[in-house]
Amino acid sequence: MFKLGLLTAAGYLVPKNGLSQVASGGLPVSPPTTPFVEMMPVPPIKETLDGLDPPPKVMPQAGEGRTRPHQALEMFPPVRFAEVHQREALHSFHPELPMQTIWGFDGMFPGPTHVCRYGEPYLVRNHNDLPEDNGGFGLPSVSTHLHNSHTPSESDGFPCDFFEHGQFYDQHYPNVLAGFSKQFPPNGDPREAMSTLWYHDHRVDFTAQNVYKGLAGFCLLFNEHDTGDESTGFRLPSGEYDVPMLFADKVFDPEGLAFFDLFNLDGIIGDKLTVNGKIQPFFPVHPRKYRLRLLNTGPSRFMQLALSDTRRPQQILPLMQISNDGNLLPRPVEVESIHLSVAERVDVIVDFSESAGRSFVLLNRMEQINGRAPTSRIMPVGASDAVMRFDVVLPPVADSPPLPEHFYDLPPTNANSPEVVARRLFRLDRLQGQWTVNGRIFDCETALVTPREGTAEIWTIQNTSNAWQHPVHIHFEEHQILTRNGQRPSVVERARKDVTRLGFGETIELFIRFRDFLGRYPAHCHNVVHEDHAMMMRFDIVP
Amino acid sequence: MKTMTRKTALAALAVAPVFGYLATRKTTETKPATRPIRREPFRAGYFPNVAMQTHEGKTVRFYDNLLKDKIVVINFFYSRCGGLCSPVARNLAQVQKLLGGRVGRDIFIYSISLDPGHDTPAVLREYARNRGIGPGWLLLTGRPEDVELLRRKLGFTDPDPVVDRDKSQHAGIVRYGNEALQRWAACPGEAKPEWIAKSILWMDWPKAMKKGA
Ligand SMILES: [Cu+2]
Repeated sequence: MFKLGLLTAAGYLVPKNGLSQVASGGLPVSPPTTPFVEMMPVPPIKETLDGLDPPPKVMPQAGEGRTRPHQALEMFPPVRFAEVHQREALHSFHPELPMQTIWGFDGMFPGPTHVCRYGEPYLVRNHNDLPEDNGGFGLPSVSTHLHNSHTPSESDGFPCDFFEHGQFYDQHYPNVLAGFSKQFPPNGDPREAMSTLWYHDHRVDFTAQNVYKGLAGFCLLFNEHDTGDESTGFRLPSGEYDVPMLFADKVFDPEGLAFFDLFNLDGIIGDKLTVNGKIQPFFPVHPRKYRLRLLNTGPSRFMQLALSDTRRPQQILPLMQISNDGNLLPRPVEVESIHLSVAERVDVIVDFSESAGRSFVLLNRMEQINGRAPTSRIMPVGASDAVMRFDVVLPPVADSPPLPEHFYDLPPTNANSPEVVARRLFRLDRLQGQWTVNGRIFDCETALVTPREGTAEIWTIQNTSNAWQHPVHIHFEEHQILTRNGQRPSVVERARKDVTRLGFGETIELFIRFRDFLGRYPAHCHNVVHEDHAMMMRFDIVP
Repeated sequence: MKTMTRKTALAALAVAPVFGYLATRKTTETKPATRPIRREPFRAGYFPNVAMQTHEGKTVRFYDNLLKDKIVVINFFYSRCGGLCSPVARNLAQVQKLLGGRVGRDIFIYSISLDPGHDTPAVLREYARNRGIGPGWLLLTGRPEDVELLRRKLGFTDPDPVVDRDKSQHAGIVRYGNEALQRWAACPGEAKPEWIAKSILWMDWPKAMKKGA
């Protein structure tokens, strides 16, 4: 019935059987599935523990895959703990497709949502219980990354710090603001607060396969302003009105099983869009405000999202964008659409209060026909792909108050400040199918650059190609874009980020600090197929 | 490889390209609790079983004789190549040393010529002799259309058609895999040989499937 309504609307065509785009490059075309037949699930919140047995130790202990001591375990003793088992499980992407094996944190895709607070150090014991003989894509060897937490190197999930089947790894998350050790002691710079994080497998050369198989989930970080309670602080929609949404595009073989092209170097585009593990689900909402936390997990797709009224498709519901890569902006910004490269996150406030009885389709308007880059054509509303649908069918309830006019100021980015001690150029290039950064091939053992702790640098990143685009992710600290192709970017893009899209032939200049912890971190393309083919570099923060 | 056959039948999540059969399953069919996948047809169905000539002068079938049930390392090259081929070949020679006796036993290296018209088995034999290419590492040539099919299926293509046609700009990657496990990945051919060797060993048999286990 829902489907009919969409198809008969003037000029509006939600393809009956999924996306309008045809999978290219000899990939299978997924079997048809009916849109909007299953409700979008919300991943459960991870239960925490008061301790672990055996208790975490500074030095790696028996059975642990960690190779380096925790550098801040004693400084930030964890007050909450969690134990996560990465294992295989059966999952249904759609009622018309078969149950199939996925890999999930606690056997779930998406994994459970970790809920953290600043000032409450947290420790997650990750167990690798994945099957040794999985057959097909995925390698049962993992490195679990919390993107983009201010985490000591040994807990970051550096790609080459992987651990094997049967091993565990204690990941220590101090949940502390950047700058706590020197610039803003003892609690850090309040302008560096983060909100929406996600965790995922980061195994070197196998990230795309392992994440595609299901190893990804959310982590929400609250503080005294963004409290997780809509009656306090910024009073943002909370509880059931705070909804994480994980996008992943997939392609299914004729039997209906998730298919991963193991022989692809360019990037993988799925012809089915999933949200929280379901193909084109629906989500019933109350007529009130919601906070939607949007995350694109790829593997390679660039998205441009908009909400369109099913009865008046050309009518786009405005969105209040409140964050950029999980960081609250200086102030909410009204937008018509949201751009999401792989690993980017945007939180939006959607106000359904005037829309009781109506339905809105979340559209992806970005045309993309291969894994290299989008065509950059924004598809007309009628030809866009339906990601999911919101139905404003639940009874009226109390709404959260109007949005505050101000969140966090941006940390200063004065290029002439004495804290800036280096300017570096990174050229992303490709030599006969091999990705290079400044002509160098990624090597787990060798740092390309070694920034000094307690300093800032200005990095210029260049995409030398007019055929490829790359969402570049720098671990550990948020950065701010100073210029994009010499121009000052929009207010949203100037705000703190950890993934920056490099379009065709683009050059960006960014400001980044290196504070508090030491050790190795990666910076890499988050088109995970590029990443797995070594589009990565290592930087070491040194004293 | 008797243990393999039993194991492969048990394997649950083979997700490889499907050839030659279409879904006949109705959507109303009851969902099975688990779906053991017939892995064999996926495997044999994907890789072209074309005839190739080795530098030792033998004719072999690509899937049956070279891939099936083996850990393999594959790259493309040609003898008159003035670019990446030499550094990659030097790297692979190091890799062969690093993997020790396993190359030729259950790990095999294949370098496929992109210039089959010129690279006859005799030319390749000469190339192998000059570079000390040892047992377990085969240089391969075949009909141009078969080489091209392999290049596409094994993912050594470039999305830019001009680059793709120019063999002097061919993909310099090294692909490695465990065919029985359907485990595949790739790394840059100019990566350190120690790294390439380590990567290949990620394809190793799970304990229960190790030879002699
Ligand atoms: Cu990229």
